[in-house]
Amino acid sequence: MSTGTGRDRMLASIKAGISRQAERRHGAAGPAKPTPLIPARATAPGVDVVDLFRTMLIAAKATLDEVKSRDDVPAAVQKYLAANNAEARIRLSPDKRVSSIAWDKVPLLEISSGRSHGKDPTSVTPAVAVVAETGTVILQSSDQTPTTLHFLPDQHVVVVSKSQIVGTYEDALARVKRGPDGGLPRTVNFVTGPSRSADIGKILLMGAHGPKKLHVIVVDEEL
Amino acid sequence: MSMVPTSNAFKDNATGALKDAPLQEALGIARAHSIETRRNTVAKLPEFEQLRDIGRDLKNHVIANLDTYLLQFEQSVIDRGGHVHWCPDGDSARAKVLEICRKVNAKTVTKGKTMIGEEIGINDFLFANGIEPVETDLGEYIIQLRGETPSHIIGPALHVTKAQVEETFRKAHSDLDPQRNLDDAATLMAEAREKLRAGFLKADVGITGANFLIADEGATTIVTNEGNGDLTQTLPRIHIVLASIEKVVPSLKDAMTLLRILARSATGQEQSVYTTFSSGPRRPTDLDGPEEFHVVLIDNGRSSYLGTEFEEMLRCIRCGACLDHCPVYHSVGGHAYGWVYSGPIGALLTPAIVGVENAKPLPHASSLCGRCEAVCPMRIPIPKMLRHWRETEFTRAITPPTERTGIRFWAFVARRPKLYRLATRIGARVLKSMAGSRGRLASVPLAGGWTKHRDLPAPQGKTFHELWKEEQGGRS
Repeated sequence: MSTGTGRDRMLASIKAGISRQAERRHGAAGPAKPTPLIPARATAPGVDVVDLFRTMLIAAKATLDEVKSRDDVPAAVQKYLAANNAEARIRLSPDKRVSSIAWDKVPLLEISSGRSHGKDPTSVTPAVAVVAETGTVILQSSDQTPTTLHFLPDQHVVVVSKSQIVGTYEDALARVKRGPDGGLPRTVNFVTGPSRSADIGKILLMGAHGPKKLHVIVVDEEL
Repeated sequence: MSMVPTSNAFKDNATGALKDAPLQEALGIARAHSIETRRNTVAKLPEFEQLRDIGRDLKNHVIANLDTYLLQFEQSVIDRGGHVHWCPDGDSARAKVLEICRKVNAKTVTKGKTMIGEEIGINDFLFANGIEPVETDLGEYIIQLRGETPSHIIGPALHVTKAQVEETFRKAHSDLDPQRNLDDAATLMAEAREKLRAGFLKADVGITGANFLIADEGATTIVTNEGNGDLTQTLPRIHIVLASIEKVVPSLKDAMTLLRILARSATGQEQSVYTTFSSGPRRPTDLDGPEEFHVVLIDNGRSSYLGTEFEEMLRCIRCGACLDHCPVYHSVGGHAYGWVYSGPIGALLTPAIVGVENAKPLPHASSLCGRCEAVCPMRIPIPKMLRHWRETEFTRAITPPTERTGIRFWAFVARRPKLYRLATRIGARVLKSMAGSRGRLASVPLAGGWTKHRDLPAPQGKTFHELWKEEQGGRS
């Protein structure tokens, strides 16, 4: 079967349907594209997006830590791993926002970098932004930020600077780093809390296929 | 190859479902859970009703410009290095998927949840052609092991109890210790995670569905809670997206409107855990991702409903809210509907896709109470459209002869007010005297189906018209 034929048949059938619509409207104009509406939850005057992000992230069953400087991140990660009985071993995105952190300050932490093949208990990655309206982390693929780190490990630790906390999805999408042709990267992920499923007896459980835990470390200064 | 509908056996299916104890247990849990969860989350977003209006208008706009947006989508996918395949029906879509799989000698294919995939029966087809399809959504995995079809759009294993999942896993995972403890749901899920992780890592091709297609970006979108769809599309060499044509939206900003109402309507979450936009294969310097990106655009009869009284069903975003709020679905579950889609939207879509003659009872499997329309995020007037199907059945003489005669007789009387009033006056009095002092009737001629299960409360002697007249008379 040639796809050209299928394409022509489908388009012809769709056009015939659009003619029927026009007949039914008796000359009236077709339905216009509505203007999107952004909820006021994160945009109303006086809303503290940092505070809203804290609340919504926790509501999504993720966890949060806040530190003053980049230099505090290794200790915060070590503390998190210990508290969760996780191996002292992390896989970093090659992105310099996390790879250039002084990880050697925590000598017992085993560090590697690159994509995941499914053997890494914990990943540490940067993000495009984090969104206050629903506590959502926005991630993207690139030569520095492999997607496998966002889905294969049991624990996913996201490190962002306070300036990366935005109100809405739209604010975050404006920060996605596009390709040379202006197009989206291969993938953009919105992540709201750890992986979960209620497919067994409607009992909601964390850790279906993606990370069992999602932890966000917010750094006061720029990364 | 796609699933043969048993929708015409709805009455028998429903009778069986009502007597199925594990099913009733599972439905009871779902019933107690879903309505309140949605209501609580919706209450936290004051703009929710406005977003529903905008979502409805957006879909209406897309449906009126479908060719334009699909062509724009196609060009954008090509610009990102992907491929678009136009498939008018299930046959052409299955053949295209097989062709792509064969090109890389695929042995196993992992699958994210896709309703259009269920619609075209892609699993059975791949299996018959020597390729093993592995469902990765936990619910889909459970029903695949059980040889069943989904009983709910977003909770395919909603009909399965925890005890049944344990039984299924013990049988399917026979390589594991038969003495192992599988008492709690968390252990069961951990076992499935282990098993499926191996599947993800060895698959040659990953197939997902699409919640939306973004025309100007050439991106497809999936929404999941488990992350299975992301592993499905990130790890194999090839990512195939199965998408029906009405999924297209103009831009990311428009998709945000739908994303703000989808999860709230579906699971009562503020947002689903994973929303992923995919455009094209891995870029030359990317560290992971598929080498090829294919979008299979499937019509399967949808375009023939454009410009008809049924076109509003094409606004559906497959959230499942109408199932979660339907008293009929709550009582009999999804399998009674006899095909891929169940509940109110299933009663609407099934006749459209498999032919109304193959789904005769479904437009009647509703009391037209209107709860479905009240919660539908896209404001699809489902009760009105079920009535259109009933009309279609009547005009195409699909309705059985006795019923047609009855309907004709009723229509004759109902269009003559004097005759109607006389007939109801007589009827009310006759029924009252038949009921005697009990005030209830154990059997009524021509209404045996109704009185078989319950008594009919008898009229009290006067018709509504008579009472109303008295009431008005008393006032003036």
